[in-house]
Amino acid sequence: MADIDIQHLANLAQLELSQQEISVVGEDLQRIMIMVDQMQAIDTGNVEPLAHPLDARQRLRPDQITETIERDLYQQGAPATADGLYLVPRVVE
Amino acid sequence: MDTDLSLAGLATGLRERSFSSVELTAALLAQIAERNPQLNAFITVTADEALQQAAAADAALAGGDSSALCGIPLAYKDIFCTRGVRTTCGSRMLEEFIAPYDATATARLAAAGAVMLGKTNMDEFAMGSSNENSHFGTVANPWDDTRVPGGSSGGSACAVAAGLAPAALGTDTGGSIRQPAAFCGVSGLKPTYGRVSRYGMVAFASSLDQAGVFARSAADIATVLPHMAGFDPLDSTSSEHEDPWLDACTTQPLGTARSGRIGLPKQYFRDLGVTEASLQSACQVLEASGFELVDVSLPHVDAAIPCYYIIAGAEASTNLSRYDGVRFGHRCDNPQSLEDLYRRSRSEGFGAEVKRRILTGTYALSVGYYDAYYLKAQKIRRLIQQDFLAAFADVDLIIAPTTPDIAFKRGDLVDDPVAMYQQDIYTIPASLAGLPAMSIPCGTHQGLPLGLQLIGPHFAEKRLLETAASFQQQTDWHLQRPGQNPQAADSGSET
Repeated sequence: MADIDIQHLANLAQLELSQQEISVVGEDLQRIMIMVDQMQAIDTGNVEPLAHPLDARQRLRPDQITETIERDLYQQGAPATADGLYLVPRVVE
Repeated sequence: MDTDLSLAGLATGLRERSFSSVELTAALLAQIAERNPQLNAFITVTADEALQQAAAADAALAGGDSSALCGIPLAYKDIFCTRGVRTTCGSRMLEEFIAPYDATATARLAAAGAVMLGKTNMDEFAMGSSNENSHFGTVANPWDDTRVPGGSSGGSACAVAAGLAPAALGTDTGGSIRQPAAFCGVSGLKPTYGRVSRYGMVAFASSLDQAGVFARSAADIATVLPHMAGFDPLDSTSSEHEDPWLDACTTQPLGTARSGRIGLPKQYFRDLGVTEASLQSACQVLEASGFELVDVSLPHVDAAIPCYYIIAGAEASTNLSRYDGVRFGHRCDNPQSLEDLYRRSRSEGFGAEVKRRILTGTYALSVGYYDAYYLKAQKIRRLIQQDFLAAFADVDLIIAPTTPDIAFKRGDLVDDPVAMYQQDIYTIPASLAGLPAMSIPCGTHQGLPLGLQLIGPHFAEKRLLETAASFQQQTDWHLQRPGQNPQAADSGSET
């Protein structure tokens, strides 16, 4: 199996890993993917992928207003807010 | 007072005024206060709220409330959102998170008069088989505190086994109710996928997650389940399957099954290891009760673990992208940029196993690997589901061990994720197929409990519970308590 580029995966997953974490996770992931490769021994030609264990379809609800916005309540748990907005570092100068 | 009664016994005691809900709740809170420092089963104990709810239940009982759960104290895994109460999911990410709304499952139990004792410990974001991945510390197995209670719902299993709660809620994605139930010597049911609403349950792997119940017997589980199950418009995957039996359960005691065909998967029974003696004697008990045991084959179960870790990892990496340090949850200090805020908040907030699973899922979903891993796993999931459907054309239910061994020692598997994942070998297949499955105590090895797993067709919880009730009528494994049977002989025996 090819080496897994942990730094690339960490970037995709928005995680910051130390050099030590990268090396430990790299070894773990190699072992996990060796285990995962057992799947390749199974013939899955003509098998439909299963996304929902009871093969249910997405249910649609009537297009009616059922909820009210409780912004103040929801923002009580936010790290930083002002005037009903979530505060983050400046993106555009 | 005796807090070790069955739920029916507690309900009778409350109705006959032998004790009040406040007295019962206070007695359990006293035991929690005494034993939780050592067991670490609870992350948050809601003593004040519990006593208020108990007082309200006592008033309802005096007014003639007939719910079997009115005034009964329960413990909830800390994955269920509980309005106004901290809901951590075992993570630093949610250490300060106060849920602004209630999960449907716990809201329905509250409406039935149940009293919330507190929120139980768990592996972070329900990812783990030992409870060693909790940000709030490991839970002790009440049978032997050098051993793990199992996971991820380890705190709930421990609380019930130690007598700190008569029943508790857990969630099961790949075995997180059944495995800790087996390790702690209690009964645990994972219902059919979609049977209990996932609304307000912190998401791990949405196509697998299912809430269920720990208790001391199948009859006790049947008392709790109908009050939390059923269609919920707030969960897009909630099943609309109607089941008059569930409603009847709220007023009638659980029956016992005495006949039927039980399948023994030959892939499991070839080599049972340390579970051999107890499984074989459980088979004898079932046969003597009138069940017919036949061999069945589940040809693709060997691929269940890799299939599961790809699907669960992929779903987890997607679900956990919501933790961004912006709207709720942990935020790093002094972020220099938006990117820095995301990355450091997530890296500080998540533990090692959660990061490992996010990265596994990210890899499986990344460009060039999607077909080889994610799509391949979904196709194997179909084959495993078809294996079960074919088996259930011939048998009414399937039995298997719950775990390969007794509870392992703390620290034994923490450095080897692949060995840890192998612990779920018997529980994962039913999860992938969305089937109801439960674990009940069926014997001991080295004085520690082992579990018998019953797996049924979709929505066959009644058959599972009635078969388990029949087994529990003829054996006393479910009545054994940690520390009470030091001379108990190993393996199965009949009473």
